[in-house]
Amino acid sequence: MIVRLEVNGERRLVDLPPLTRLLDALRGPLGLTGTKEGCGEGECGSCTVLLDGDPVNACLVATAQCEGRSVTTVEGLGALDGRARETGGLSLLQAAFVTEGGAQCGICTPGMLIAAEALLRETVDGANRKPTDTEIREAVAGNICRCTGYQRIVDSIAQAAALRRRVSPADWVRENLPFAKAEGTRGLL
Amino acid sequence: MKLFTYDAVSSLPAALAARRGTFFAGGTTLVDLMKLEVLTPERLVDIGSLPLTKIEATPARLRIEALARMADVAASHDVLRNYPVVAQALLRSASPQIRNMATIGGNLMQRTRCSYFRSVAEPCNKRVPGSGCGAFEGDNRSHALFGGGPACVATHASDLAVALVALDATLTLTSAKGSRDVPLAEFYLLPGSSPSTENVLAPGELITAVNATGGPRAARSLYVKVRDRASFEFALVSVAAALALEGGMVKDVRLAAGGVGTKPWRLAAAESALRGQPATLAAFEGAAKRSLEGAMPLSGNGFKTSLLERTVVKTLARLGGVS
Repeated sequence: MIVRLEVNGERRLVDLPPLTRLLDALRGPLGLTGTKEGCGEGECGSCTVLLDGDPVNACLVATAQCEGRSVTTVEGLGALDGRARETGGLSLLQAAFVTEGGAQCGICTPGMLIAAEALLRETVDGANRKPTDTEIREAVAGNICRCTGYQRIVDSIAQAAALRRRVSPADWVRENLPFAKAEGTRGLL
Repeated sequence: MKLFTYDAVSSLPAALAARRGTFFAGGTTLVDLMKLEVLTPERLVDIGSLPLTKIEATPARLRIEALARMADVAASHDVLRNYPVVAQALLRSASPQIRNMATIGGNLMQRTRCSYFRSVAEPCNKRVPGSGCGAFEGDNRSHALFGGGPACVATHASDLAVALVALDATLTLTSAKGSRDVPLAEFYLLPGSSPSTENVLAPGELITAVNATGGPRAARSLYVKVRDRASFEFALVSVAAALALEGGMVKDVRLAAGGVGTKPWRLAAAESALRGQPATLAAFEGAAKRSLEGAMPLSGNGFKTSLLERTVVKTLARLGGVS
């Protein structure tokens, strides 16, 4: 069965049995191995990708269900972010996972990033507000991590949300660097 | 995975003309169970692109077409305002990833999470009729207090179904011969001696919509779910309640429980104990005791009796604004 889909902004075409998992289409013929398989039964979220902007488990999605739809994988995150050049090709979200220690063994990371990306699009891009701690935890509730204990992942997403928000530099410093309140922002800006 | 054929249909008549097939929509249950070889359909009929995704949730009437996604129904402001128990049950179900694929019809058709059902190495009367029930005298911590027996004690897994039972919802079932409306509470069958037959769907018949009537009771409704972890887990016990109050008295009430029954369990005795009573903590506690009528705890799930009683009290107290 021939399926036409858009992957990370490019029009692609695959010819596969219809129930081939999107995960296998991505990692095989489409050559995108960033998306990982953990459990393969929708429990762990490692294989999370965006389908028409919504996070889904690529291990439970049939390639046939993707006809005419758009898929975003972890490989598509850096390119989508206008500021990627400043962070060595990583999106701000990816960079925050590096600086805040949100990634350890790396298997859950692509799925975590995609689930977080969907949250940031909804809250930061869509409503120009930071997600709450509860919202962050619910957004990644379907993503299991056996290394970090989750706190650093939550911190990474919160940090990325702060960086990504369209706020003035002065407001950003005031909100994110508590010591700036005491010392004033003159030296920092 | 076993071999099967796959056909995508693009109209409802084409779907209904497809005799002998298993309907495939979001796929979140079916792909998983086919991979485990718990289900081995010979023919899949993909109905995912049928135009059955409308959500109508006015104060008077709820009508959700079967292919609406869980995420879209949960995000509907009209559903949250007029039928809060439905939005709450959906948001407490599965993960964002699953809710973005899974449909309302598929949610109601999901299979039990009983580990004996989900493992082909174990006996299970639901999966292989006549093979026995591993859970009845086995590991049954997550199993049913109500509606089971030696042949099967598997709980029904859907949170949404529990919420809908508390709204007296009906399902529209459509076949090539026409449509019929069936109360959701009568849609599901008790396991009895043939646990493999779970509902009244005729071969080739399809759930096309969920319907409920609105009003003060539906608008004052709540879903409380107790589980082993804070999110992304099936219910140990859940309670859906819809309460109509008048001058501090309980005018009418609906109570249904999840995680405790072989189908979504209506707590009828507790309801009648509460009708006409003052909306006080004492009255709620009295009614909650009646919710255990007919309970048959197994070796591993006795804790669910007190958990159910307390969850009923908590749910009613929150709805009634008492503490």
